[in-house]
Amino acid sequence: MEIFGKPLPALLGQLLLGLVNGSFYAILSLGLAVIFGLLNIINFAHGALYMAGAFVAWMSLTYFNINYWWALLLAPLIVGAFGIVIERVLLQWLYQLDHLYGLLLTFGLALIIEGVFRYYYGVSGQPYTPPEALTGATDLGFMTLPNYRAWVVLVSVLVCLATWFVIERTRLGAYLRAGTENPKLTQAFGINVPLMVTLTYGFGVALAAFAGVLAAPLTQVSPLMGSNLIVVVFAVVVIGGMGSILGSIFTGLGLGVIEGFTKVFYPEASNTVVFVIMALVLLVRPAGLFGRER
Amino acid sequence: MYEKCMAGLMAGAMMLSPSLWAQQKKISDDVVRIGVLTDMSGLYSDIGGQGSVTAAQMAIDDFGGKVLGKKIELTSADHQNKADVAAQKAREWYDTGGVDMITDMLNSAAALAVAKVTAEKKRILIDTGAASTRLTNEDCTPYTIHHSYDTYALANGTGNAVVKQGGDTWFFLTADYAFGHSLEKDTSDVVKASGGKVLGAVRHPLAASDFSSFLLQAQASKAKIIGLANAGGDTINSIKAANEFGLTKTQTLAGLLVFVTDIHSLTLVPTQGMYVTEAWYWDLNDETRKWSKRYFDKMKKMPSMNQAGVYSAVTMYLNAVKATGSDDADTVMAWLKAHPQSDMFGKNMKLREDGRLVHDMYLFQVKKPQESKGPWDYYHLREVIPADKAFQPLSLSRCPLVKK
Repeated sequence: MEIFGKPLPALLGQLLLGLVNGSFYAILSLGLAVIFGLLNIINFAHGALYMAGAFVAWMSLTYFNINYWWALLLAPLIVGAFGIVIERVLLQWLYQLDHLYGLLLTFGLALIIEGVFRYYYGVSGQPYTPPEALTGATDLGFMTLPNYRAWVVLVSVLVCLATWFVIERTRLGAYLRAGTENPKLTQAFGINVPLMVTLTYGFGVALAAFAGVLAAPLTQVSPLMGSNLIVVVFAVVVIGGMGSILGSIFTGLGLGVIEGFTKVFYPEASNTVVFVIMALVLLVRPAGLFGRER
Repeated sequence: MYEKCMAGLMAGAMMLSPSLWAQQKKISDDVVRIGVLTDMSGLYSDIGGQGSVTAAQMAIDDFGGKVLGKKIELTSADHQNKADVAAQKAREWYDTGGVDMITDMLNSAAALAVAKVTAEKKRILIDTGAASTRLTNEDCTPYTIHHSYDTYALANGTGNAVVKQGGDTWFFLTADYAFGHSLEKDTSDVVKASGGKVLGAVRHPLAASDFSSFLLQAQASKAKIIGLANAGGDTINSIKAANEFGLTKTQTLAGLLVFVTDIHSLTLVPTQGMYVTEAWYWDLNDETRKWSKRYFDKMKKMPSMNQAGVYSAVTMYLNAVKATGSDDADTVMAWLKAHPQSDMFGKNMKLREDGRLVHDMYLFQVKKPQESKGPWDYYHLREVIPADKAFQPLSLSRCPLVKK
């Protein structure tokens, strides 16, 4: 059976691979959405922190022999703590200013972080082997799917849903949303909004680091891995609607799939298709697919 | 007839008498300026980048920092793999920076743009990193020297060797710009000429973040050989993904432009047994080992063939300036075409009228992990491809400067 001249199994394979890439888009854009929602900061350092997460995993394996599973826990904690320092020392002074200031500051941070890693490790990247339990591949009939990629999809969907649940369905999430709507009034009710803001930034950054650890066995752990991805992720956030949690999850996965299909039908356009969609969406719905007009 | 005779006589006289060379223009503004224009931060920066700047500085140091009593200055810039940035930088260097020669380049789109600017400004481009054969064919100029390797030589080395081993059906994974297209075309020609078949190709964007989709298409083609017509970070990620998806069990990868730094990054397990064509390797002979040790002490890495090429390019340029007493581009080019060069990069390297520098090329096979004696010991030398066979013969040249 064929669709548009391409065999169905090939398309199914691309669908799955698209989901894998989409998972990364989803986790990263989710972190961006959470940060933007509460801090009003467009966090351009997200890609660099994602890369830092992968590097922490690689370093802990190489220098301290800490395995993948621990790295999955440790790297988000370490990079998240680093994020908290950034928020306390630098970002907290910018909340009253225009978005542009936050964007410029985080962009500068990204360049510095990337530059430091490039200086010490070069760009070719370090190899990181997947954990024993997830090596090998499963024959699905239409394609062989490496077990590790299946794990990536599974775990990222779980993390995304858990984040959505916490923010939309729990008391803590209600505080967060209230803090976003009206920080002064929320503080008047005795809720420590500045602390919440700091922790939110730390959490968003930890999500990026988590994605970094997930990506480490897939590509070389290289200082450039973040900047290759981050521009696409920003487009995802814009398409989904700045600050929309569910929106970023769905658009992340959806665009991964669309990009995957583009790689079959017209591979030359695979790195522009996301931006074409972004332009179209902005023309029709300037607030993004899931965003609310303000 | 008379004019031809006179021109011949004058050329002969100029070659014989060094004093005549010296009477040409002197060193412009009393400084010889060399510019390393390369990828300083992107996916090719481990192949060129700071390493190329270091290699160029080593060549200048070997001259004692001076030629004919005039200072040699080194400057460098990042072209970010963008042709417009490269051309603009070159223009700025020539117009206001007083740069006499640009080297490295490492990106064919950038090199083609800079070659045009160089010819317009009558300076010299010694390209060591960009591989497109267009530089010495359709886009050749009297001021371009194509130094280290090109897509024809790479295709010729690896393509021939792989077809000989029985790899007669090919599918290409191609970087979607001048270099990738050139490498794919040249390799296809070699494969077809040796009786093989090309089943298809997929073109991926430069610095793609994920190769799995492309590799799945390569797998579906059922070709015996998957030719990687890409370089640097793209080659590394292709090889890594090919291993992950189990392609390497049924199909063989042929890296068409692989650098020793790529192997170092990937380690030997996923790369063992691969054939690669290189113009130079640090462990070829005593001279290369000695030079590489000097480089290693500075950079803590072994040099790639491109970085070694930059050393050789700067050396031959300075040799020419020294011998002619001038940094005038026409004078230097005429001298280089008349005088074969030898250094640690190669022996008796001849510069042809199309701008191609011909020298031996080497076919290597990547060692198995247990055969390697330690870091950077990665290659078995399988074949030395002699200079006259390694590059595109002049008879096939599409360069208008070649008289037929």
